[in-house]
Amino acid sequence: MQSYDIIIIGGGVVGSAIARELTRYRLSVAVLEKESDVCTQTSGRNTGMLHAGFLYKPGSLKAQCAVEGNAEFDQVARELDVPFKRTGKLIVGFTDEEKERLRYFIEWGRVNGVPGMELIDRKRMDEIDPSAGGSFAIFCPSSGILDPFIYAIALAENAVQNGAVYHLYTEVAGAEALPDGRHLLHTAGRGDFACRWVINSAGLNSAKVSAMLGIPGYVIQPVKGEYFVLDKKAGQFAKIPVYPAPTPRFTFDTHATPTVDGNVLVGPNSFNVEDGEDYSVSQSGMDGLQESGARMFKHMKREYYIRTFSGARPKRIDPQTGEVQDFLLETREDVPGVINLVGIESPGLTSALPLARRVVRLLAEKETLVPNPHFDPIRRGIRRFHEQDAEEQARMIREDPDYGEIVCRCETVTCAEIRRAIHNPLGVFTVNGIKVRTRASMGRCQGGYCETRITALIREELGKAVTEVELGPKGSQMFTGAVKGGNQA
Amino acid sequence: MTEKQAVIIGGGPAGLAAALRLREKGVKDILILEREKYLGGILRQCIHDGFGLTRFGESLSGPEYAQRFIDRIQAEGVEYITECTVLDVSPDKVVTAASKTRGLLQVRAQAVLLTMGCRERTRGALATPGTRPAGVYTAGVAQSYINLQNIMVGKEVVILGSGDIGMIMARRLTLEGAHVQAVYEVQPYPSGLPRNIEQCLNDYGIPLYLSHTVVEIKGRERLTSVVVAQCDERFRPIPGTEQEVPCDTLILSVGLIPENELSLAAGVELDPRTRGAYVDEHCQTGVPGVFAAGNVLHVHDLVDFVSLEAEALADSAAEYILSGSLPACPLEVVAGQDVGHVIPQRCSGTRDFTLYLRVRRPLNQVSVVVRQAGREVLRKKMRKALPAEMILLAVKAAKLTQDANLEVTVE
Repeated sequence: MQSYDIIIIGGGVVGSAIARELTRYRLSVAVLEKESDVCTQTSGRNTGMLHAGFLYKPGSLKAQCAVEGNAEFDQVARELDVPFKRTGKLIVGFTDEEKERLRYFIEWGRVNGVPGMELIDRKRMDEIDPSAGGSFAIFCPSSGILDPFIYAIALAENAVQNGAVYHLYTEVAGAEALPDGRHLLHTAGRGDFACRWVINSAGLNSAKVSAMLGIPGYVIQPVKGEYFVLDKKAGQFAKIPVYPAPTPRFTFDTHATPTVDGNVLVGPNSFNVEDGEDYSVSQSGMDGLQESGARMFKHMKREYYIRTFSGARPKRIDPQTGEVQDFLLETREDVPGVINLVGIESPGLTSALPLARRVVRLLAEKETLVPNPHFDPIRRGIRRFHEQDAEEQARMIREDPDYGEIVCRCETVTCAEIRRAIHNPLGVFTVNGIKVRTRASMGRCQGGYCETRITALIREELGKAVTEVELGPKGSQMFTGAVKGGNQA
Repeated sequence: MTEKQAVIIGGGPAGLAAALRLREKGVKDILILEREKYLGGILRQCIHDGFGLTRFGESLSGPEYAQRFIDRIQAEGVEYITECTVLDVSPDKVVTAASKTRGLLQVRAQAVLLTMGCRERTRGALATPGTRPAGVYTAGVAQSYINLQNIMVGKEVVILGSGDIGMIMARRLTLEGAHVQAVYEVQPYPSGLPRNIEQCLNDYGIPLYLSHTVVEIKGRERLTSVVVAQCDERFRPIPGTEQEVPCDTLILSVGLIPENELSLAAGVELDPRTRGAYVDEHCQTGVPGVFAAGNVLHVHDLVDFVSLEAEALADSAAEYILSGSLPACPLEVVAGQDVGHVIPQRCSGTRDFTLYLRVRRPLNQVSVVVRQAGREVLRKKMRKALPAEMILLAVKAAKLTQDANLEVTVE
């Protein structure tokens, strides 16, 4: 049995932010993550938007956290080396009715403390982005785009750097109270864990884990969204996120969002599902996105399709009315030693660190926290060869010849970067893990050139047999063995 | 910065043939840049035979075919660098490349030869619905694992697309002990060569279902099944014809796309039909001194024709390098009725050239006709014309005038 002061269930962006913030204090912290990496579910399956905070009801936790998280993100991105652009955002409209709805957002933005929002005319729109449709728009300068994979990874790596321990492939199967008041967590095949505090940050499974920890009654409705990823050739036409005016129910139709790497995401659509972890993409969904996407983004062409994906937002709903609720963050006197986060959906990415600080405050109400004098907030990512100028590239190859070997030609990712990714601080060894850390295989050939090289490097660097190489989740073996008479099995 | 008469990007069949012909024509200062560890390009992983029938009159494996060129390259002392990836080609023909041993290279070339080949279309481009499990491979990737790394990719196999590599992999996987259940092709006719249908499918009892496609991919970790359905003439699945096929591996052979990222960087304009460069009869792109041949220009069916085209390129490139210019090509070559594409798209009218074309659909008892201002210049009768097979026509300058475009039709 392993023992920690604090165990966080769920190592997504929020769980990892909590782990990172807790390592500012003298606490032993562990994260139990059931998947192969920290960004395989909701944290990695989203638009990568740094929200400004005008979409949420004034006073809500969503509004407070989004505004706070947005304001600090330049510094966060610097500290953690996260690709980020403060692009601003346009929400465009055509009719008087739409203008009214847009004014609503400006008002919410004003009350929530979102800076600089304004209703602008076509002339100003042309200055900001001439390709955006519409007769008028809200311009919100503080919105931005970031790499959601790298953000979750960066938080987790910084937590590990400062002493937190990650247990991947570790699913909590049950919990009980020990006689000394601590919690005992049983896992599926990974032994037992004991801790004084347990923090539920289980995303799509947060209601289930909450019940397991003794707080039943919450209902999570997974709301699925499907996306198209478009080639960087389409990315040159999308400089700033452009949203259509909201529907009368204040939801958004399909929109096109540039990614921080220069691709374009078209989507998401939005519909309720039973199994939030079923990430299949449907024909009907894609048909819908093709049609609505083409209305919003005229470069929604088949030749630009690279990939489709889906994600699910864990919405907490009122079991009686079905109405979507605010983020829930609580401790309860009758369930000691538990900090519960339920229904952390959008804007969870923007809100991760603000939520983590609130978790720390709840903890500080119950016990004295001693600062960790060795805490270092700075995390450096893998340096990207293709982002450097020629002089610097030449220097990098001189210092480490592996930078001269291009493994992924579409995204110009070098062998040096792949090797560093394989030896990541979290111990992730899947092909998808290498992909999200380096962008290798994210380009237009989708691994046609680099995948054979990446799997060979994984085997070489980690001494794995071919049958141990996995694409992503446990059980996603890529190979069945050697060819006849071969010696690879 | 070093200078070269010719820099050849890609040491596959096109690049090798071009280099040797340049030497013959007196261009000595050549550099081939190859990103792989060895010369030979995609031929290295094509261990089946059937290469060289037209050129050498015998059936060679891919590596054997490539080796005939590599031996001559080495005997002639043509300079080449392997494990060297070109990062950029500028419109003024400065080539930037990265190499482990030589660092960041910059070479200014009198002529740049684009011979980068092609890549495979992916599932993402098809937007096939379903999950994203392990076990979904493009045919070329599976071929690379099996033939170059000795790794088996699966046991129960379904193949989508009747491209040549897909059919060749059907046979290869069968020989390695996998069970290939079927090949599904969305078109009403096969997209690969008849000889591959015979030798790779029929000989092994592997059924080919035309007008069928995969409509869903299932399995969370590893592939567990695919759903296939019959398609109508507009390639839409016909409801009610869906059938679930359990399998652990799906091989995609759904098309090849010329690899023109570097061409675009150099300012070369592409033809949306071929997805390769617009070229004149000298294989010269719209950027003077930048030439293209082989699969980077248009996807070929036989490597023999790639070598041939690359040699024609080299003849012109040598002339360009040694004399400083090439005859102007003011005449357009237009793809007319039932012609998918033509190469070249421009010609001079003063020189003989080889016209490459593909038909749009399978046709019987037809003539390919080239006309200039309505006047017939050339007619080739064909018992059968298939989209899978490239058609070559020798166009004679003696039959041409210099004042009107050429139109190519199938009648």
